[in-house]
Amino acid sequence: MDLSSINWILLLASLMVASTPILLAAIGELVCERAGVLNLGVEGMMITGAICGFAISVETQSATLGFIAAALSGAALSMIFGFLTQYLLSNQVATGLALTLFGLGLSALIGQGYIGIKGLEIASLHIPLLSDIPVLGPILFRHDLMVYVSIAIVAATWATLKYTRAGLILRAVGENHDAAHALGYKVIRIRLMAIAFGGACAGLGGAYLSVVRVPQWTEGMTAGAGWIALALVVFASWKPWRILVGAYLFGGLSVLQLNLQAAGLKVPVEYLSMSPYLITILVLVIMSSGRSRAALNAPAELGRSFHASS
Amino acid sequence: MTELLSVQGLTKAYPGVVANDDVSFDIAEGEIHALLGENGAGKSTLVKMIYGLVKPDSGTMRLRGQAFAPPEPRAARANGVAMVFQHFSLFEALTVAENVGLGMENPPALSQLSREIREVSHAYGLPLDPRRLVGELSAGERQRVEIVRCLLQDPKLLIMDEPTSVLTPQEVEILFATLNKLKAEGTSILYISHKLEEIRALCDGATILRRGKHVASCDPREKSAAELAELMVGEALQVPDRAPSEPGEVILQVAGLTSTNVATFGTKLQNIGFEVRAGEILGIGGVAGNGQDELLSALSGETMGSPETVRFRGKTVGHLPPNARRRLGMLTAPEERLGHAAAPDMSLTENGILSGWQRQELTSAGFLKWGAAKRFAEQIITAFDVRTPGAHVAARALSGGNLQKFVIGREILQRPELLVVNQPTWGVDASAAAAIRQALLDLASNGTAVIVISQDLDELREVSDRFAALNAGHLSAPKPTRGLSMEQIGLMLGGAHDMDVADTGGAHHIKEAYEEGHP
Repeated sequence: MDLSSINWILLLASLMVASTPILLAAIGELVCERAGVLNLGVEGMMITGAICGFAISVETQSATLGFIAAALSGAALSMIFGFLTQYLLSNQVATGLALTLFGLGLSALIGQGYIGIKGLEIASLHIPLLSDIPVLGPILFRHDLMVYVSIAIVAATWATLKYTRAGLILRAVGENHDAAHALGYKVIRIRLMAIAFGGACAGLGGAYLSVVRVPQWTEGMTAGAGWIALALVVFASWKPWRILVGAYLFGGLSVLQLNLQAAGLKVPVEYLSMSPYLITILVLVIMSSGRSRAALNAPAELGRSFHASS
Repeated sequence: MTELLSVQGLTKAYPGVVANDDVSFDIAEGEIHALLGENGAGKSTLVKMIYGLVKPDSGTMRLRGQAFAPPEPRAARANGVAMVFQHFSLFEALTVAENVGLGMENPPALSQLSREIREVSHAYGLPLDPRRLVGELSAGERQRVEIVRCLLQDPKLLIMDEPTSVLTPQEVEILFATLNKLKAEGTSILYISHKLEEIRALCDGATILRRGKHVASCDPREKSAAELAELMVGEALQVPDRAPSEPGEVILQVAGLTSTNVATFGTKLQNIGFEVRAGEILGIGGVAGNGQDELLSALSGETMGSPETVRFRGKTVGHLPPNARRRLGMLTAPEERLGHAAAPDMSLTENGILSGWQRQELTSAGFLKWGAAKRFAEQIITAFDVRTPGAHVAARALSGGNLQKFVIGREILQRPELLVVNQPTWGVDASAAAAIRQALLDLASNGTAVIVISQDLDELREVSDRFAALNAGHLSAPKPTRGLSMEQIGLMLGGAHDMDVADTGGAHHIKEAYEEGHP
């Protein structure tokens, strides 16, 4: 094996790009779960966002429109989930799983005419001065806009949950929906907004794969990223910055194992392929264990249906 | 006195039941008005309509002469109506200050709010630390959070739904001092309870509800508790009594019982020791969350420990699981009726099998004996006057009192040598409660050792021979109940924790300063 054949700067630079889809999906699911809703349909919303974003960006030749379409399609799909679970009180786990299967099928249908078409070229930003710093420049400051948007979403989510009244109300709804209702808050409306935000973020994450990272459409191209995002939310103890750490860890390991394969490491490929999943979960388990408060941090009403008695 | 709130002909019907039928009453300014009635009499529905949580089918309300029909709690709060809920509307994972802020319309910044909470809570003798998580607070402290949340909004009418059910006697006294002070400041209070002595001590007027109907109005200070009870229940109540009996041999010995693992927000038992003799009732009092559930599960076998911590007739049983203990004659009836004592969606027959299959021999070679099981369930239903269409009915369909009679009766008919019950009459109407207490007394007279764990101190004084208190996982030494005063009991329960009696002057001063800051 020849470790020197790996370009470490290039590897670190691709880390942020590789992590962005999971990061976006996970931060959306975090908001949804903090409001007390467990939406297992992340994978389905991601893949739907991926095809809608890809199709619109190809048709309009605009990546921005593509991302907007992806966010809207993710949110629209999540509203099916929202209607079923919040108004018809269907089981959240079963409905979420169904949403994933539905999304996979729907995306394959929409994507019929787009297989093999090449996507847009997305230019990376060039920030004066910052991008020219040696080593750090290429690693941190020469990416496309969505990478920075995703970090901004994490920061905004953190600040909203921690410092604003809207964030407090959202957490309160996830903590005790009966009490929130008794105080006069609109539990179902707040939850629907959280679900829509989760869907939009998952759509953006999927579109980042098909529009920027790959960029083309193949069926099932999210390949379980939605499930990793779901696991990330739990192991990150529902904290936004830990999601960022977890997502970057996972993205970094994925890139590293590909490079190691290319460098000819004498380990069966299967072990390398599974390593990012294993190591990410291991690290996050260690991070969330040992602190007794971690268990407390789970939203108390997670996955429970709310029905006002009046 | 001028009228603050006037309620005229409020009616609210739910499918199959009329919760309120043409209810009318008035509350004057600065009056503490009692709303009295049994569980299910419609008290909660009525106040929910005043607070805007439920819309009445018909009827009108007037607040200070103006028509008042709040579409949601926010509107009620804007009109100066505040409510302290029976089941607290608090968020355990949030801090005290965040909880208070959530219940206000336009809360100030968190640091400012924290200072106000500290000041107002001290002024009213209910000290609170705004930074603590509500999940770490005792029930009494949680109630303070609710009250302070209301006080910060300067209410004209404060609704309190069964506020004393979770408090020690000393805490009740302090609460009453706070309420009287509010009254002196001109705040009206609508006080919901079924505890008659409290109402006689505190309230200026009372409206009595029975099955959704307004049956009487009176001045509770001029009526005796027995008269009020009769108005509330609609018939004279039988006070349980028992044939005197001498305690027999020691049935249960507990020594050095300390819990090793407890659930989140659970309480660790600390070196608990006591004895119970045949024919004796030991009452264990304490405010909820002081180790009652843990003690019950250590006695039932749901938590197993080292063998010598629990001895039954001298035999070590601390390591045995529930079934082995039940076979020996140690039976238990836990507090939570639906989900712990009974499986909600299974029929009464099936619930009978789940508990009685060993002692009633309801199985043979692993197969169920449906005929015998049905007879067992029917026997319980007749012997304990359980009102149900039949043994095939799901446990969930029974009212609280009827299911509780079934659950207790199911254990009693298995001829236990030791019976442990937790909160036997919680949420049960007065006549069913009297029947259950009588059944426990009869059981003891027949030579069974009985342990009654309860938060209702009147109940424990009525049935138990000896009384012990659970406080933060410690059990006090049992004392004979006869001759024990309410004050002594309160001290055994850990007194009033860190509450002060309200300081009137200071409160007024702070309230003025507070109002200046919020014109």
